[in-house]
Amino acid sequence: MNWKTTATAMGLALLASTGLARADGVLNIYNWGNYTSPDVIKKFEAKYNVKVTITDYDSNDTALAKVRQGGTGFDIAVPSQTYVPIWIKEGLIQETDPGKMENFKNVAPEWANPDFDPGRKYSVPWAWGTIGVVVNTDAYKGPADSWGIIFNTPDELKGKVNVVPEMGDVMFAAIKYVGGQQCTDDKAVLKKVRDLLVAAKPNWIAMEYNTIEKMGAGDFKATSDWNGSALRQRLANPAIHYNYPKEGFGLWSDNVVVLKEAKNVENAKLFQNFIMDPENAAGLSAFHRYANAITGSDKYMPADMKDAPEVIIPAADKPRGELQQMCSPETQEIYTKIWTELQK
Amino acid sequence: MATAEEVAKAAERRDVRDRWLLSAPALLVIFLAATGPLLIVLVYSFLTPGSYGDVKWQFSPEAWISVFLERDIFDDTLSIAAAHVTIFLRSIKLSVVTTIATLVLGFPTAYFMATRSEKTRDLWLFLITIPFWTNLLIRTFAVLQIIRNEGIINTILLKLGIISAPIQILYTDTAILIGMAYVYLPLMVLPIYASMEKLDFRLVEAGYDLYASRFQVLRRIIFPLVKPGVIAGSILVFIPALGAYVTPSVLGGGKNMMLSNLIELQFGQGRNWPLGSALSIAVMIIVMVALLAYVRNAGRSGVRHG
Repeated sequence: MNWKTTATAMGLALLASTGLARADGVLNIYNWGNYTSPDVIKKFEAKYNVKVTITDYDSNDTALAKVRQGGTGFDIAVPSQTYVPIWIKEGLIQETDPGKMENFKNVAPEWANPDFDPGRKYSVPWAWGTIGVVVNTDAYKGPADSWGIIFNTPDELKGKVNVVPEMGDVMFAAIKYVGGQQCTDDKAVLKKVRDLLVAAKPNWIAMEYNTIEKMGAGDFKATSDWNGSALRQRLANPAIHYNYPKEGFGLWSDNVVVLKEAKNVENAKLFQNFIMDPENAAGLSAFHRYANAITGSDKYMPADMKDAPEVIIPAADKPRGELQQMCSPETQEIYTKIWTELQK
Repeated sequence: MATAEEVAKAAERRDVRDRWLLSAPALLVIFLAATGPLLIVLVYSFLTPGSYGDVKWQFSPEAWISVFLERDIFDDTLSIAAAHVTIFLRSIKLSVVTTIATLVLGFPTAYFMATRSEKTRDLWLFLITIPFWTNLLIRTFAVLQIIRNEGIINTILLKLGIISAPIQILYTDTAILIGMAYVYLPLMVLPIYASMEKLDFRLVEAGYDLYASRFQVLRRIIFPLVKPGVIAGSILVFIPALGAYVTPSVLGGGKNMMLSNLIELQFGQGRNWPLGSALSIAVMIIVMVALLAYVRNAGRSGVRHG
């Protein structure tokens, strides 16, 4: 590169930076890592002339603790359905009334009036999904539509099973497997759960989050996992299958809320409305690989997601899906004890 | 009339006072920065857990009780917190083994470095510090790539036909130990090297002249003289090893908790901040007691040798 092109490039860079400085405003998003489509953000920035920044978090508890301390400078966060009521109760988020926004008509009926935010006064759906069992069929050919893969591991998979260490999800699955109700505090059921987990653990190879890479490389042959993660695994290796356990499986949904301390409320509202547009919702899905709860987004979805069994729950499995709830603090305390005993 | 001596004394007093005054702001900052956060942890350990994380400002000794005792979930009997004890012991055992492993590897390394010519010594020192330029997480993932089933070691052994199926190293205690020893080795080598460099090798020669065997020279001459380095190195390795978080999680597979994981659980999914605080303080007390005992013992035997 000679000095002229260098100078031109520098000039252009300068122009670009002043261009950014002229944006009408900013929007600071606090979201899970590797979850926000850069293309959709670019589109939003161009449309409203807003500069967006994104900060990552890795768990609902981290996000809640940080926002609770205040002074974060974030406008938007994306808590899961179990946590939305806590954010509301603790007065951390404001009523932006997405239910009255222009694009709200696109929200699928089953997500338009959820228990965790009746009437959608605070939140807009970002993504939803399921938690099931992923199996590499090269290693195990038998029936895999059961939590038994994890808790009563067949011989072929012993020492090759991973469990994603989300306490709530593992407890949900184990309780379903022994025939209980989620968030139960029935000691008889929980004793069965504890014994089941402790007996199952020797067959597990690990309890970690990094399933996409490890299933791909063959370190794991089966794992409990989120459906979007399972989709990525199958696209890398067609032998990998996602299963909806017959004992029942958990549904989750992450939701965009506007913080009470937000400085850019108008931009945040624009963003809430923006992502309820079918094309934009599909753009988000194309990146994070989960379903989006927006009707009409299917025609913009990437080809490999349009009829993916991981994203579209087969009609026969659908009735067994159950939205996971937040358990009471007392129940949570018992679960933590069982969890500690499991990992001791 | 003041004698010259008195004048000198007064000047000295003034000098001492000025020094204290001048260093007071720095001392104050260090004192507050060191004790402030710890005090918060201490206070939190005596509070009631909030419903969904955080704390309620209400005194409760419950957290400290549950560090040591647990009420059985099913029959309500109070007994020693077996899970906590298991996790404590596992962490302490791993840290001790890591310290021994780094000592076994680090001592000869430091000896090798100290016995090179003065010019090449700097190069060796430089090479030892290179891993520090990279983030701990990345170094740990590098170890993972080497030992995993499809990793370098297993691939080479399989290709050579030495083994027919990959050896499962990843997600075992061996994997954690390999990772920890690799990560903490420089912390052992550097202090030993520092005292080894000052070692007067004429003493070693004198030992040989007096018909000492190689082992006797090592045990009776070299080791006592570099002992301060060994002590410093052991402390530098043991303490961070006890609190290690990344290496056990990545290489151990997270099936068995370490102390750090147990504490993290209380601040995260467990939502019991007071218990997490109490556990942290308990670990600090254990480290302090262990260190005091170690330094005293090491010091006493040092006198006998010296």
